Amino acid sequence: MISLLKFSLIFLSVTIFLCMYRAIKGPSIADRIIAINVVNTKVITIIIGVSFIFHETYFIDVALVYALISFTASVLISKVIKES
Amino acid sequence: MKVVLFSIFLISGLFFFAVGTLGILRFPDLYTRAHSSAKCDTLGAFLTLISFCIYNGFNPVTFKIILIIIFIFITTPTATHIIARGNYEKEGDSKNGKL
Repeated sequence: MISLLKFSLIFLSVTIFLCMYRAIKGPSIADRIIAINVVNTKVITIIIGVSFIFHETYFIDVALVYALISFTASVLISKVIKES
Repeated sequence: MKVVLFSIFLISGLFFFAVGTLGILRFPDLYTRAHSSAKCDTLGAFLTLISFCIYNGFNPVTFKIILIIIFIFITTPTATHIIARGNYEKEGDSKNGKL
């Protein structure tokens, strides 16, 4: 069970690097923001998995705050796209 | 029983994450990429975090994870929608121009 958890975290890290390819190469700003939005969701999942591996429950609060900050950043950058 | 449920939910969540990433890499347009990233954000995160709830058992940490699931379900499709709509109001469709 713990080995499957570790495999899932490594798999999510590999998919994060694939998303970073789109975030670096993407033709427009909106492509990059969408790729970074997916990366944020994956990072939230990885933080919760790491909290189970290390047996530290306060990482869950870190994941909650990370979700709040990523939503605020996406909304603000989309307003910048609309007004530019 | 717990191991079987955990494995099924986690592997299906990872499958949706992989499919969403493949769509972000391969699709030709912004709007198709937004569609693919919404799959990744809702189904992938929901199934993976439900599998973490099953792994953890029943305690207050599970309640916090369910709060994170509800928050992700509300906010990330909203953010994708706002980005796509902002880009549409600025540039319009790539094939037909602004409707």
